[in-house]
Amino acid sequence: MRGMTVLTSRPQTMAEKILSRRGDQTVYAGDLAVVDVDQVMVVDSIAQSFIERMQRDLNAVPKYPERVSIVIDHVAPASTVSVAQAQKEAREYAAQTGVRLFDVGRGICHQVLVEENLARPGWIVLGSDSHSTTYGAVAAFGSGMGATDIALAAASGKTWLKVPESVKVSFTGELRPGVTAKDVALEMIRVLGADGATYQSIEMHAGDRFTRGERMTLANLCVEAGAKAGLVVPGGEILTSYGYDVPEWVYPDEGATYVREITVDLTALNPRMSAPSEVDNVHDVAELRGLKVDQVFIGTCTNGRIEDLHAAADVLRDRRVNPQTRLLVIPASSQVMEEAMVDGTLLTLQRAGAVLGTPGCGPCMGRHQGVLAPGEVCVSTSNRNFIGRMGDKDAKIYLASPAVAAATAVMGQIALPADLPEAVA
Amino acid sequence: MPRVWKFGDSVNTDDILPGKFAPFMAGEDVFQTFAFHYIRPEFAAQVQPGDLLIGGRNWGLGSSREYAPQALKKLQIGGIVAPSFARIHYRNLLNLGIPAFEHDLTGVLQDGDQVSLDINTGLLVYSGEDGRSGTVQLPPPPEFLREALAEGSILAFFKKYGRFPGERVSENGSG
Repeated sequence: MRGMTVLTSRPQTMAEKILSRRGDQTVYAGDLAVVDVDQVMVVDSIAQSFIERMQRDLNAVPKYPERVSIVIDHVAPASTVSVAQAQKEAREYAAQTGVRLFDVGRGICHQVLVEENLARPGWIVLGSDSHSTTYGAVAAFGSGMGATDIALAAASGKTWLKVPESVKVSFTGELRPGVTAKDVALEMIRVLGADGATYQSIEMHAGDRFTRGERMTLANLCVEAGAKAGLVVPGGEILTSYGYDVPEWVYPDEGATYVREITVDLTALNPRMSAPSEVDNVHDVAELRGLKVDQVFIGTCTNGRIEDLHAAADVLRDRRVNPQTRLLVIPASSQVMEEAMVDGTLLTLQRAGAVLGTPGCGPCMGRHQGVLAPGEVCVSTSNRNFIGRMGDKDAKIYLASPAVAAATAVMGQIALPADLPEAVA
Repeated sequence: MPRVWKFGDSVNTDDILPGKFAPFMAGEDVFQTFAFHYIRPEFAAQVQPGDLLIGGRNWGLGSSREYAPQALKKLQIGGIVAPSFARIHYRNLLNLGIPAFEHDLTGVLQDGDQVSLDINTGLLVYSGEDGRSGTVQLPPPPEFLREALAEGSILAFFKKYGRFPGERVSENGSG
């Protein structure tokens, strides 16, 4: 059915467009759709379950091996023998079946798939990680699913889902200096609430604002409002400037039906921070300023990209991390790491006192590297601040942009870049 | 008789099973003993097969990790009733064959209430130590899922028919 012209009888949202194009009928919110899946992404932490479902439960091999990628990123390198064993099995499975494998150090699944052009405008990409909404940055319908759904998609080349209603998000004005896409995303979550877009797609009309990386930050966090997908409408030349072929049909129709419409005034936005222990507990950073911080983490699928490392380096240049605070920096991928090496960003961070880690998810979900002790406070550029997520249940996690995280690392307490004294070389 | 374990709003997948106790880290045989490890440490040791979890809004927000519901499955819980579920988790529950009902019982049931639930009809009968008792009719799972649940699980359905429940059978068989 792919490539056939889909005749629409009434205007469609971007989600309805993509799911119609990848299925065999024109669908609207509420319809049940069975659709072709262009890429299935499996992370190391479910690889064993995935293989067990495929081999034991379904007795199947991937229908299209070239459409399946396994990424070893959640605990990379392995932290225990059992983790090492699970990763070994994933490597062997990839070798046997011909699916792609991105091994330790290549980077975080969502970043790697985008870099490898395995998520493209109009595609459907399913990932075994909830932040698979990230692919909406490049106008792909990205959605997270569990091991069973992921195995079924690999075995059949398809998935089934209910076509989501869409929330339309519009932006007015321009961001002021020091305010970033992370702050925009946290503001969206504050307005919508942690379950404000459950079962729905968030369709962001950003015009030609935001780079690909910034769009990834926006789409990544949509799942924190419960969304099934977070689609950033390709605007202007943003995506084509990265070499993407953006099909004309992928744009939402004028007059499409939205379940809710909100507008974010970028001009009025201040740097934002999520306080423990729910992501929609969003405040101005200024309100939380002064709280002593033990660890700062800059990285993850939300904010581990080159522009994020640049933002951190701009704050940390000729400054030092506070002696009472640890700063961990983990580039989102080997490509990001290389770029940051070549342009001197890593040297700047290293000289400021940062601890650099292997490209991957790092301490984001408390499985290795940089777990928090009881009572410790962490400012992280990641996407979740749930109780116990990064270590002990009595540790506290605050979520912020890389610039705020870097300023916090220098001051040893929650701070804005503007709070810092002049740098001394 | 099965009992009620009552939780609040926004119980997330890290609450249900903290990430560091994933099966590939804690061990395939024991990971379920860490269910609700931080928020109700006594749960795994005391829960009985058939016990019912009553949650508040947005049950299961967070990760796609299927081992969170798998832990509950291994502990043989009888089902979860909450006014709303996070979508990935809801799919995972149904895929694993854990009955999930969208209904708010937080104002009706208390921790430790005795319950019996007919998962086919959705009829729930309860009684509390303080003399409260009654019946509640829960809404059945969505229609398109009953086809799958009739086969035991979505995996069993797919294996038997080679297609998804509700999927139209195309003429050339390729869809």
